[in-house]
Amino acid sequence: MAQTKTATPPTRLDAELARRLLTQMALIRRFEEKAAEMYALGKIGGFLHLYIGQEAVAVGATSTLRPDDYAVSSYREHGHCLAKGSDPRRVMAELFGRVDGLSKGKGGSMHLFDRSVNFLGGHGIVGAHLPLATGAGFAIKYQGGDQAVLCYFGDGAVPEGEFHESMNLAALWRLPVVFICENNRYAMGTAIHRALAQTEIWRFAETYGIPGEAVDGMDVLAVRDVVGRAVERARRDKTPTLVEARTYRFRGHSMRDPAGSVYRTKEEVEREKLRDPIALFGDRALKEGVLTEADIRNVEKAVNDAADEAVAFAEASPEPPPEELFTDVYKD
Amino acid sequence: MAVMTYREALNLALREEMRRDPRVFVMGEEVGLYDGAYKVTQGLLKEFGDKRIIDTPICESGFTGVGVGAAMLGLRPVIEMMTFNFSILALDQIVNSAAKMCYMSGGQYNIPLVVRGPGGPAAQLAAQHSQSMETYFYHVPGLKVVRPSTPADAKGLLKSAIRDDNPVIFIEAETLYAVKGEVPDDPEFMIPLGQAVVRREGTDVTVIAYMGMMYRALEVAEELAKEGISVEIVDPRTLRPMDTETIIGSVRKTHRAVVLEAGAGFAGMGSEIAAEIQEEAFDDLDAPVARVTGENAPMPYAKNLELLKTPSKAKIAAAIRRVCNA
Repeated sequence: MAQTKTATPPTRLDAELARRLLTQMALIRRFEEKAAEMYALGKIGGFLHLYIGQEAVAVGATSTLRPDDYAVSSYREHGHCLAKGSDPRRVMAELFGRVDGLSKGKGGSMHLFDRSVNFLGGHGIVGAHLPLATGAGFAIKYQGGDQAVLCYFGDGAVPEGEFHESMNLAALWRLPVVFICENNRYAMGTAIHRALAQTEIWRFAETYGIPGEAVDGMDVLAVRDVVGRAVERARRDKTPTLVEARTYRFRGHSMRDPAGSVYRTKEEVEREKLRDPIALFGDRALKEGVLTEADIRNVEKAVNDAADEAVAFAEASPEPPPEELFTDVYKD
Repeated sequence: MAVMTYREALNLALREEMRRDPRVFVMGEEVGLYDGAYKVTQGLLKEFGDKRIIDTPICESGFTGVGVGAAMLGLRPVIEMMTFNFSILALDQIVNSAAKMCYMSGGQYNIPLVVRGPGGPAAQLAAQHSQSMETYFYHVPGLKVVRPSTPADAKGLLKSAIRDDNPVIFIEAETLYAVKGEVPDDPEFMIPLGQAVVRREGTDVTVIAYMGMMYRALEVAEELAKEGISVEIVDPRTLRPMDTETIIGSVRKTHRAVVLEAGAGFAGMGSEIAAEIQEEAFDDLDAPVARVTGENAPMPYAKNLELLKTPSKAKIAAAIRRVCNA
């Protein structure tokens, strides 16, 4: 399903890499489960879009980056932000609307930003952050840098004009942007075949004359390989790439669509859960002998503790003081 | 002091700021090879090259978003709207991305961005190319909105806008590009954003007006002077933040106010200024604040109808007389 041929050999799994990838995916999973619990308890308000099921995309993609590379995402961005290196405690505090959150509690679940790890935000208007990613790529080239920008979005952004405007500009100007479409097959409740005349999303790359690849988004190593090649192209000769990562969200669109069952069958969801990226990767690591059962238990314990710590930190953090209403409207 | 056109003053401001700061670049439709649809960017491609003067395809949302993204990484983009009528296509990027990024990120990412180009009523360009666009922007916290009326203001305010660390909407006027005026030579000449100016001193009534309406008010004031009515004219120059202090100060002196607005009056800038005046200076008023605004209709093409759409000198004069005789 790849348009471009594999130039670099696939990742060889070793214990260190396996532990790192598994830990990050498991942390995101556990963090999101905790967030759902906290939402049910009324500790988190507003919209909450969980990343459960899609963890291999953020973790595989980010594993190819340097710290000075950039990432930007939509409103389903907790996983991308955590993968980029943000402190889970500060992310949870943001969801709680507390002053120790990444944005002092003023952004919330859909607007995580972390300058310290070059995470350029969670953006709530579908498609709107693709031009921002393109602009970040423009700035890198303007400044003579060799960083790459990873831009995550869903299949729901593909019909938007800004997807096409951004692909065109990035291709026309040769900007170091890797567009990663996380095709989870539903834009909220609209199945992809009801939204797109061309459902092979990676093929839009052909239109713009840039490399395009589809990848199994439930396979963290496959994502790592495909995105790794794209990042290399971005760094080396400022070639943008469109990656279509085929994935699935196990939960509803948001907490207000808890079952996600109106527009898809229970059987479909159960079938997709058999492709759970964390379970698949754990099994593979065991089978290849790079991790032991004890290693996996240790990972689970570590991420449980980290998620608990994140909640405790968020609970303990004060609400933003009233004067925060007016700070940051303008920079002085 | 040099005498130059409003267009030349803008061009000079861009040149000076680009020479001063390598992070400043200009991006938009026809800004380079074509030398600008209205020639504001004339010669810039030649001086600065195509790395910093960037022609875009027609995709206002796309290239405005590129500006916002580039600003997040520390550049200082000047995005040209060929005309501000097209900015509606970029409204989401301006309102939801540029204006709110600093706030949503808790101050981590401010957006030093200028979006500039001509707006306001023009000559027989009909409904889609001839309208006052500032209305769509000054409502939004996080944006600054500038409407410069004179060549000196155009230069001094554009330089301030480019050096500002926030997104600035800078709306020029096609009808003013050829206006000439004195402009200071000093490359550090700047006019702070948020500072109104008294264009004409008077004692009987304060007229608040900017751009074409300000020039029309100046003509009316000369005519009314012959009738013994002394008109003071305040030009806000920046609509957000608004220098209410200067406006209120003038009204406290004259005790009467007439607000002019080229665009349709409903929920317009005139409403805001009138509200500010009655909240801050009600006891100083000798007459209700009057508004003279564009009619609540799209801009017609037919010359005779077009003349009826924007406030005429006769209408302005009548409102001033009415307020002064109250």
